[in-house]
This record gives sequence, C-alpha cells and structure tokens, in this order.
Amino acid sequence: MIPLSLETVSYAGAIGLVVIGGLGLVICNHLFRMLLALAMAESGANLLLVLTGFRDGAIAPIIGYGPAGAPLVDPLPQVLVLTAIVIGVGVQALAVAVLVRVYRSYGTLDMRELRRRMEGEIAAAAGIAAPGSAQAPLGQRPLPPVPDYELVRRSAPVRERGA
Amino acid sequence: MLTWIALVIVVVMLVAAVLVLTLRSFVAAVAATAVVGLALSVLYVLLQAPDVAMTEAAVGAGLSGVILALALRRLGLWQLDDGDAVVLKPASGRAGAGGDADA
Amino acid sequence: MPMRDIASLVFSAGLLFLLLVIGAELALGHPDMRVGAEYLRVAGPELGAANIVTAILAGYRGFDTLGELSILFAAATAASLVLGHRRADARRDPPGGLVLSAGADLLFPLLLVVGIFIVVHGHLTPGGGFQGGVILAAAFFVALLANPARTLNHALLGWIEGLAGAAFILIGLWALVEDGHFLTPLLPLGTMGELVSAGTLPLLSVAIGLKVGAELAGLLAHLADTEAPDR
Repeated sequence: MIPLSLETVSYAGAIGLVVIGGLGLVICNHLFRMLLALAMAESGANLLLVLTGFRDGAIAPIIGYGPAGAPLVDPLPQVLVLTAIVIGVGVQALAVAVLVRVYRSYGTLDMRELRRRMEGEIAAAAGIAAPGSAQAPLGQRPLPPVPDYELVRRSAPVRERGA
Repeated sequence: MLTWIALVIVVVMLVAAVLVLTLRSFVAAVAATAVVGLALSVLYVLLQAPDVAMTEAAVGAGLSGVILALALRRLGLWQLDDGDAVVLKPASGRAGAGGDADA
Repeated sequence: MPMRDIASLVFSAGLLFLLLVIGAELALGHPDMRVGAEYLRVAGPELGAANIVTAILAGYRGFDTLGELSILFAAATAASLVLGHRRADARRDPPGGLVLSAGADLLFPLLLVVGIFIVVHGHLTPGGGFQGGVILAAAFFVALLANPARTLNHALLGWIEGLAGAAFILIGLWALVEDGHFLTPLLPLGTMGELVSAGTLPLLSVAIGLKVGAELAGLLAHLADTEAPDR
C-alpha cells in the first residue's frame, strides 16, 4: 500500500493531469479543446517538476522566513517552473492567434471537417477531383453506405401498424 | 492534516480536468481550466513554492482564462452548446436503438 | 470509433506506466540536491537577497532569464502578427455598465499597487518581475475590459517594452565591462531585508516586470480589440 502523504497525493495529481491532458489531445476533435488539453498537460508537468524539489519538513526558500537553520526546499525546479508558466501563457496566446487565423480561413475548427476542406482545396488547386467525390477513379471511390438493416426492420412494422 | 487538504484539492483538480474534456459548452470548459489553475496554485503553496503559486494564481487562474475567453468570443464559440465534447454516454440513435428495442 | 478508443486507451495506459516508472525512480520528498544545496548555501551571503528563487532567477541564471524574455517577446510578436490589424470601420463593444466600470475603477489602483509592490520586493518576499508583471498587465486590462472605448497606447507599450529589455541587456553589458562576466550582480549588497539591497537584482527585477507587463498588456489588448465575429 502506498503511504498517503503530501508527495504521493501531489504526484497522483501531476500524473493525472498529464494523462488527462494527453488523452484529450488524442481523443478530441476540436482544435480549441486540444489547446485546453495541452495547457493541462503542461500544468501537470510543472507540478511534477516542483514536486521533485520538495523536501519533507522543509520550508520555502526564503532566508528569514522560518527559524534559522531550518531546511529549505530545492529552489532550482521552482525557478524553472516559474519561467515556464509565463512562457506557457505566451505560447498559449500564440496558439490562440493561430486558431483565429485558421477559423478565418476555413470557417471551422473541427479536425475532421478541417481535413476534408483542406484536402478539397489541395485537390482543387491540383485540378483533380477531390477524394471521395463521384468523379474519382473507380478504385478510389468510397463504397456506398451500408444500409441500416436494423433500423429498416424495426421501422417497417411500425409503419404497417400505423396504416 | 496537510495531506487531507492536498487530497481534497487534487480530487477537485482532477474532476475539473475531466470536465474540461467532457463539458459541451466551451465557456464552461474554460472556466474549468481556471479551476484547475486555482487548485494547482493552492497545491504549490502546500509544496512550499510561494513564488510559483503566485505566478500560477495570476496566470493559470486569471490571465490564461481571459485569453481563452477572448479567443472564444473571436472564434464565435461563445455559446452554451457546441456538440463537440467527448461524449461519455452513447449517442441516441443507431447505437441506442439496438439495445432498448424491447423496452 | 472503437479502434480509436482502443488506441487512446493503450496510449494513456502507456503514458501512465511510463510516468509511474519515472516516479518510482524519483526520491519524492528526499531529493539529492546537488546544485540546489549549493545555491541555498551560497546565495544569501553572495547576493544579499532573502528570496533565493529571485536570486537564482536574476543572479545566477540571468542569461537564462534573458532567453525566456526573448521567447516571450517572440511569442507576443508572432501573435500580434498573426492576428493582424483592426479594421478601421469595425464597431466597438458597448461600455460595460455602472457596476463593471465602478468595480474596475476601484480595482485598478489596488492591482497597480500590488503589482508594483511584488516587482520591487522581489528580492525580499515571494514575487519578482514575472509575477508582478503579470499582475500589472491584468491591472491595465481590467480597465480596458470595463470600457472598451479606452484604448491602450500601443506605441507607448512598445517603448516601455523595448526600453526595459534594453535596460536588462545594458545592466548585463555593464557587468561584462566591470567584472568580465555577463549579468554578474554588481553594486554593494547592503543589509539583507532592506528594500535597497542585493545590488543590481532589484533593477533586473524591475526591468523584467516592466517588459513582461507591457508585453502581456499589449497582447491582451490586441486580442480584445476585436471586430465582433461576422458570423
């Protein structure tokens, strides 16, 4: 059994944030939500870094804050994280600006829709039929959608009973 | 005592983090990221990092939320329902139709 | 999409495993502080700053901080560049009403004082250029949010930012001439715990604060200063 202490609890929080952020980056289709997930993964990494400098029973690294001779926590990870947070907000603003630009150009932020429109644009620029269109060569044409037999069978008696 | 405070804060933080991905409204998701930032800053205080806590409180809970909210307005997402969150329950439609056919 | 769900589950399980392995290697709560212990031992007598985090940030790792500042500058510049200019005929948002503007007027001096305090006392108490700069930017932005008709003077912000950055580099060059090392702390240390102490650290802190504050305020104003979405 893992002992319940400040370090283990914070460690669980840091790992949870990184994993949730990474999962969000993989699962989500919307660019804005991916940005939020990225910010969370970043926060988790920052927390993990600060945690590596934590010492049991030590106080904040300020001289004269506690009793003289008391152990102080490692200040180095704190310095790194301090700047990383501020850099993070700058990078976030840059990402937001890029998102605004993408939205202006394509009118959507959904990854699937974005990909479709970009492919269509590339195909149009190259002068060939867009993938998935009816003019594509036979081998590259998408298969017709499979009819939903379940729905057909279920809806048929209903219509009969209504008539 | 500190451990229990940290435990409560971590639970709140992780719940807010999951909510960021699952809430359908983007405005609520941005608010949830601010909650994550606030919980993190309290956690930094417990970890004896007052400088980092101060930065995280100013940036994570304040400035970053403002930047994201401004972006939402500019992207035209400032609305309550957008329909692109991770859906935990199966969408009503084909997936649900087979299961409760007999109901 | 089951395939994708499986893939993401495998991915997150792998990430979790990786992080757990890393965590098992870390001596959580008992770090072997090599550089950190040396900083803790030396920073007080050598730099005369009570807050060791600021002492490292501006004193021992000043060059690093200069790099961070330039990254922030590059990000802010790129964001402004991508966002582009505001159209002249775009309509402005209406002012925020009595409660919001009165609250903003009340909050503005408070935030300003807190921000300046945190910047100036960076070497004594928790705080410093980065934190105080963010709070200063927030102070100016709150006023702007309440009344969008007011605009920040972007030219002035650019001047403040440029001069602050130049001051940081000039202090570094002065140390280079005087001492032979870029950004070495100079000036007499004074007594620890007084406002005017710790040599050039407070000056560097003020430069960082002004630069970060001006940069973020300009960035926020640029983001807010928007045409209403036409859709």
